[in-house]
Amino acid sequence: MGETTGGEGVGARLCFEDVSVGDELPAWSRETGLVNWNRFAAVNDEFYDVHMDDSAARAAENPQGAFGMGMMRFSYLHNLLRSWAGEDADIRELGCRYRAVNQKGDVLRVTGRVTGMRIEGDDHLVDIALDVINQDGESTTPGHAIVALASRPTRRRPVT
Amino acid sequence: MSAEIRSLVTPELEARRGRWLRERLSEPVSASAIRRWAIACYWPDPPPRLYWDAEHAAGTRHGGIVAPLEFNAFTWPVEPDAADSGLETDALPGLRSMAGGTRDLYGVPMRPGDVIRERARIASWEQRETRLGPTLFIYSETEWTNQRGELVRTRFITSIRY
Repeated sequence: MGETTGGEGVGARLCFEDVSVGDELPAWSRETGLVNWNRFAAVNDEFYDVHMDDSAARAAENPQGAFGMGMMRFSYLHNLLRSWAGEDADIRELGCRYRAVNQKGDVLRVTGRVTGMRIEGDDHLVDIALDVINQDGESTTPGHAIVALASRPTRRRPVT
Repeated sequence: MSAEIRSLVTPELEARRGRWLRERLSEPVSASAIRRWAIACYWPDPPPRLYWDAEHAAGTRHGGIVAPLEFNAFTWPVEPDAADSGLETDALPGLRSMAGGTRDLYGVPMRPGDVIRERARIASWEQRETRLGPTLFIYSETEWTNQRGELVRTRFITSIRY
């Protein structure tokens, strides 16, 4: 499947019937560094020295210097789901662990795979395994999501 | 015979377990803050129109602009709020911190004009021996409701102190 970088996929309508267990979501990717982190720090009011200052990050035992904030990757996981499922998607739950640091210059690839599908009442729910993989193939942010999708109405045969 | 592991838990932390520690109201959510959040999250590409184009957003199932679900409605207070850095920070002096994980359960979306009520507590913790030495995993819960009393989200945060 292709890869996306922006919000261009949002708006497309994806229905429960279009999805199968095992489907890989089109990955969403981003090269990261201070230009992304500074913007995110500004909107999330997240001005910790380890995200801005190389010497502070080295003192905190990250020899490569300033590193990215986990919450930005949390947003990137949402970006993947929004890009895949469109505006009708209803993200019910999203969780992740911050397993590895986002270093300056990392090219992050956000991935997702459908692991389950179920109908609960009127809800058509899809379970998704998520991760943010760096350019070395390292898993940095394993996670999961539950997304409710619209269901395509089935056509009834006319009674003859 | 195993050596006794030093507990990192302080009486101040014990006293906070399970109590709602922080209750506050946000400023009204603004369309401008939503737009800037979306731009930052998608930088350098443009964000989805749902977050900044009122005309487009009116034609979606949301009927208008909504905030990205993970949007932070509590930013830039005039008075710095010490609790922002973690409910446990001043109860664990001298320990370093690291983000362990985040899990959100979502209710209704945030819209321009919404005022969010927050309450937060430390639910529990556990201490483990890790490569960092004795390490505390602290599990906290933050609940957001809007001005109509509707649940916006519940966030579970794991913070690591070592």
